[in-house]
Amino acid sequence: MTKYEPVIGLEVHVELNTKSKMFCRCSADYFGKEPNTHTCPTCLGLPGALPYINEQAIDDCIKIGLALNCTISPKSLFERKNYFYPDLPKGYQISQYRWPLCVGGKITLDSGEVIRINRAHQEEDTGKLTHKGRDTLIDFNRSGVPLVEVVTEPDFTNVEQIRDYAKKLQQLFRYLGVSNADMERGDMRLEANVSVRPENVEGLPNYRVELKNINSFRFMVAAVEYEIKRQIAAIEKGEKLSQETRGWNEEEKCSYLQRSKEEAHDYRYFPEPDLPELRIEESRVKSLESNLPELPWDKSKRFEEEFKIKRVGAQILADTKELAEFFERALEYGKKHQVSTQEIANFIINRKPDINSVLPTQIIEDIKGKKVGVIDNDEVLEKLANQAIEDNQKSADDYKAGKENAIQALIGGVMRLSKGKADAVSVKKILERLLKI
Amino acid sequence: MSDITSLTLTQTLKALEDKEFSEQDLNRAYLERIKSFNPKLNAFLEVIETKLGIPAAIKDVISTKGIPTTAGSKVLEGYIPPYNATVINRLLENSVSIIGKTNCDEFAMGGSGENSAYGPTKNPWDITKVPGGSSSGSATAVAADLCVFALGSDTGGSIRQPASLTGIVGLKPSYGRVSRYGLIAMASSLDQIGPLTKSVEDAALVLEWISGSDGMDSNCRAEKWEMRGMGEIRGIKVGIPKEYFGKGLDPKVKKVIEDAIKKLEELGAEIVEVSLPHSPYALPAYYIINPSEISANMARFDGIRYGSARQNFGQEVKRRIMLGTFALSTGYYDEYYAKAAKVRTLVKQDFEKAYEKVDVIVGPVSPTTAWNLGEKVDDPLKMYLADIYTISANLAGIPGLSVPCGFSEGLPVGLQILGKHFDEETVLRVGYAYEQATNWRKEKPKL
Amino acid sequence: MKLTKDQVRHVAKLANLPLTSEEEEKYSEQLSKILEYIEQLNKVDTTGVEPTFNVSGQENVMRKDEAESSLSQEEVLQNAPKKEKGLPAGQAGFFVTKGVFDK
Repeated sequence: MTKYEPVIGLEVHVELNTKSKMFCRCSADYFGKEPNTHTCPTCLGLPGALPYINEQAIDDCIKIGLALNCTISPKSLFERKNYFYPDLPKGYQISQYRWPLCVGGKITLDSGEVIRINRAHQEEDTGKLTHKGRDTLIDFNRSGVPLVEVVTEPDFTNVEQIRDYAKKLQQLFRYLGVSNADMERGDMRLEANVSVRPENVEGLPNYRVELKNINSFRFMVAAVEYEIKRQIAAIEKGEKLSQETRGWNEEEKCSYLQRSKEEAHDYRYFPEPDLPELRIEESRVKSLESNLPELPWDKSKRFEEEFKIKRVGAQILADTKELAEFFERALEYGKKHQVSTQEIANFIINRKPDINSVLPTQIIEDIKGKKVGVIDNDEVLEKLANQAIEDNQKSADDYKAGKENAIQALIGGVMRLSKGKADAVSVKKILERLLKI
Repeated sequence: MSDITSLTLTQTLKALEDKEFSEQDLNRAYLERIKSFNPKLNAFLEVIETKLGIPAAIKDVISTKGIPTTAGSKVLEGYIPPYNATVINRLLENSVSIIGKTNCDEFAMGGSGENSAYGPTKNPWDITKVPGGSSSGSATAVAADLCVFALGSDTGGSIRQPASLTGIVGLKPSYGRVSRYGLIAMASSLDQIGPLTKSVEDAALVLEWISGSDGMDSNCRAEKWEMRGMGEIRGIKVGIPKEYFGKGLDPKVKKVIEDAIKKLEELGAEIVEVSLPHSPYALPAYYIINPSEISANMARFDGIRYGSARQNFGQEVKRRIMLGTFALSTGYYDEYYAKAAKVRTLVKQDFEKAYEKVDVIVGPVSPTTAWNLGEKVDDPLKMYLADIYTISANLAGIPGLSVPCGFSEGLPVGLQILGKHFDEETVLRVGYAYEQATNWRKEKPKL
Repeated sequence: MKLTKDQVRHVAKLANLPLTSEEEEKYSEQLSKILEYIEQLNKVDTTGVEPTFNVSGQENVMRKDEAESSLSQEEVLQNAPKKEKGLPAGQAGFFVTKGVFDK
C-alpha cells in the first residue's frame, strides 16, 4: 500500500498598523467605525482617483522580509491584479507579482525544520462584505489598508509545523510592532495550499487545493487535516485531483468546492502604470536592518544560553517583547537584591503577573518577601523550638499533660525568638514532635 | 459687444485689467453665444450660468465637484463627483470659472467625437464634418468662441488632432507635467490633460496655471512650469521625420505642411531631415498598450458605488475592453503587452536619437482634414489609422503642440511641433514664432 | 490571429461584459481584424530591449504616513443607485448589491 505524505504551503496576510492607508491618506484605523466614513476617491475607486505610496508600509514590509532572512529586491514594481468582486472597488487590486519587495528567506521551526519563504510582498486590502438576507452590504472603510503577504514554499508536512509557523509569524509581527496580528479581528489571515504525494517521491504534485476564507486558526487546522485525508482517499480510489479552491464547512466538518480549475481567476497582471518603480537603496535596507529589535527566537535562544533557562521557559519569557523586557529589568533589579535569575524566571512563568499593572521591582519585592520573610528551615526552627521549650517549661508540661492549647504559648515563644519570621505551620509540627512522650 | 468673445485669454485678461468690460459682461457674452450655437454644434453637455471669472470649458472626463461628469457615456449619466480634479482647483485659484462641460468620445475613446453617447459634436467650419476627437466639444467650443479657452485630454492625439481639424491651438504637455488626479483614466501611462486655446501664448499661460505636482499623482513631476519668454527661433534645429511624409498623407495637406516648414526656415530655423525608423510600429504597439490599460481602468464601473450597468458601454469602449483583456490574458501577455512595451522603448529611443541632432520635430497632426460625419464609424481600424502622427508622442511621453497652419479646401490644417521630454518651452517658442509670422489665427468659422 | 466566438465569450466573461450573440459575432470579426494588424509587431526585433511601462521619469515616489480627513458618508453614498424596490430599510451607510455568496 502506497503511503502518502502531505505537501503544504502557507500564505499569511498581515494588516499593517500604519496611521494611513496604503495608497491614500485615509485613516487606516477602521475597526468598529461607522461604515464608509474612512474613504476617499482613491480607496473608494472613484473615476479619476490615483494611488500614492505610503512609505511606512514599504519600510514595514522590508522589516518583515529582513526578519525572515529575505533578500530585499533592489527594483520593485506594483502590479494590477485584475478580477471582479463587489469588495474590490477598482476591479483590480494593486499588488505585486513579478517584482516583489522581498524574496527567498527562511524560518526555523521549534522542531528544527527550516521553512523556506518564497516572498513577502505588499498589497492593499479590500472592503468588507456582510450578508443580509438576499443582499450583500459593502463597507469600504477597510479598502486600501496596507497588507503584507508572506508566502512559503510547500515545505510543511504536518499540522504541528503549521501551528508553530503561524504562532511564530504572529509573534514576529508583534515584535516588529507592525501589526496586532489578531486573527479574530482579521489582522492576520491564513491560507493553505494542500496536496499529497507518495512518500519518497521527488517533485511537486501536479495539482494543489487552496484552502481559503477560513477565519479561525482552529478551523484552518481542521480543514488541512480533513483535506489530507480526503485527497489520499480520492487518489486511492483512482480519482484524479486538480487545481481547486475550497472552503471549510464547520457544521458538517468538511471542505467544499468554491472554485474549480476552469473557473480559476486569470488575474492578467501588468505593471501598475500609476506608480513609478521603487528602487530600494542599500542605505535604506541597512538602516532598517540595524533598527530591527532582537527577534523572538533569537531572544529565546539567548535566554536559554545566557541565563540557563530551559527551552520551554525561555520561550514563554520571550513570548512578547514587553514580557521579555519586563523580565530583563527584573533581572537587573534582582541582582542588587540577591534574587536569582531562576527564581525570577520561575516566578514570572508560574505566577503570570500582569506586567501592565505591576513593576519589575515589585516582583523582586514579592520574591524577597517570600524568601526573607519566612524561616522554614527545619534545623533552625528545631533549635528555636527547643529554646522556647526551655524558656517555658510550664507550657511544655501542660501540653504533655494533655492541655492541647498550651502549644500556642510555645509557638508564640518561637515567633518571639525569630522576630516573627518563623513559619508557624512548620513550628507547630516540630513542637509536636519534640513534645511527644 | 460681439468682439469680447473673439478675444484670446491673454487679450481678455488685459481688457479686464484695463476695465474695458466687466467679468459679468464677459460671461454674459459667452453664455449668449452658447445659447445661440450650442444646439447646432452640440459642444456642451452641461452649461453653467457663470457670472464672474474667466469662463473656461472643461472636457467631461475631468471631475468637477458638484457638476455632472459623464465622460460622454451613458454609464456615468447623472454621476456627480464629490471632488475636483487638481487642474480644476488650479484654474479656480486663477479666477477661472467653469462655463460648461464639453462633449467627447465616450471615455475619450475615439478620434472624431462620434463615439459620444450624447450625439456627436459638429465641426464649426462645416457642420457636416467631424471636429476630431476625443476632445471634440472642447475644440469646437474654442473654435466657435463659446469659451475663452478649454481643457481637454490627450492619450493618442485627442487634444492635438481636434485642434488641428478645428483651426485652434492644442497642447499635449509632457507626460508627468500636469497632474492627472481627477481625470477619468483611459490609458494611465499615456493620458495627459492640456489646454485648447485661441493662441499659443494662451496655451503657455494655462500650462503655467495647471502644471506641477499635487501630492496625489505619483507620476507628476514636482516643479510648476513657467514660460521664460517667447522670442526668435533663429538657429533652432527643426527635424522633419521622413516617415511622416509618405503614403497616407493627403497631398493637399502635405502641401500646407510643407509651406509651414518653409515659413519656419524663413524665420531662421535650420531644417534637418531625421528618421524615426520604428514609426510604423508605434500604432500597433499603441493599440495594445492603450486597450490593455483601458480594460483595467474600466473595471471599476460595476454599478455599485456609481454609474449604471456595464451593458451601457458603447461599442468602441466594449471593443477596447475586450482587446485589452485578451492581450493581457494568460498565454498572451508576453506576445502582446510585453512585446508592445519593448517596442515602446524603441519608439522612445528613436526620438532621443533624433533629439541629439534637432531641438524640435515638426510634421502633420492628421493625414487628412476633417472628414464627414458617419464616414469612418463602421471601420474601427480605419479610425485607428488616423492617429498615426500623434500616438508616438504619447508612447514616448514627449510634449506636442498643434498650431493652425493653413487650410485645405476650406478646412483647417494643423502643424505639429514635438519637443524633448519636459521641453514645452522650445515647442511653444517655435509655435509662437510661427503663429505671429502668419495670420491663420485671425480666421474664424462662420456660424 | 483569428478570434473564435468561444474565445470572445471567454474574454467577455473575464471582462464582466455581457454580450448578445450578435455582439459576439461582430466583435469576433472586428477584433480578429485588429489583432491581425497588430501582428506586425512580430517583425520588430526586440532582443535585449527593456520594456517601458512608465515615461514619467520618476522613481521612489512615496509619502509620509499621515492620516487626513476622509469624505463624509453622505458624499460617499451620493452616487449609489437609488433604492430599488424590495430593499429592506436599515441599510444606512452601506452600499448594497445583490447577494454574493461563496458557493
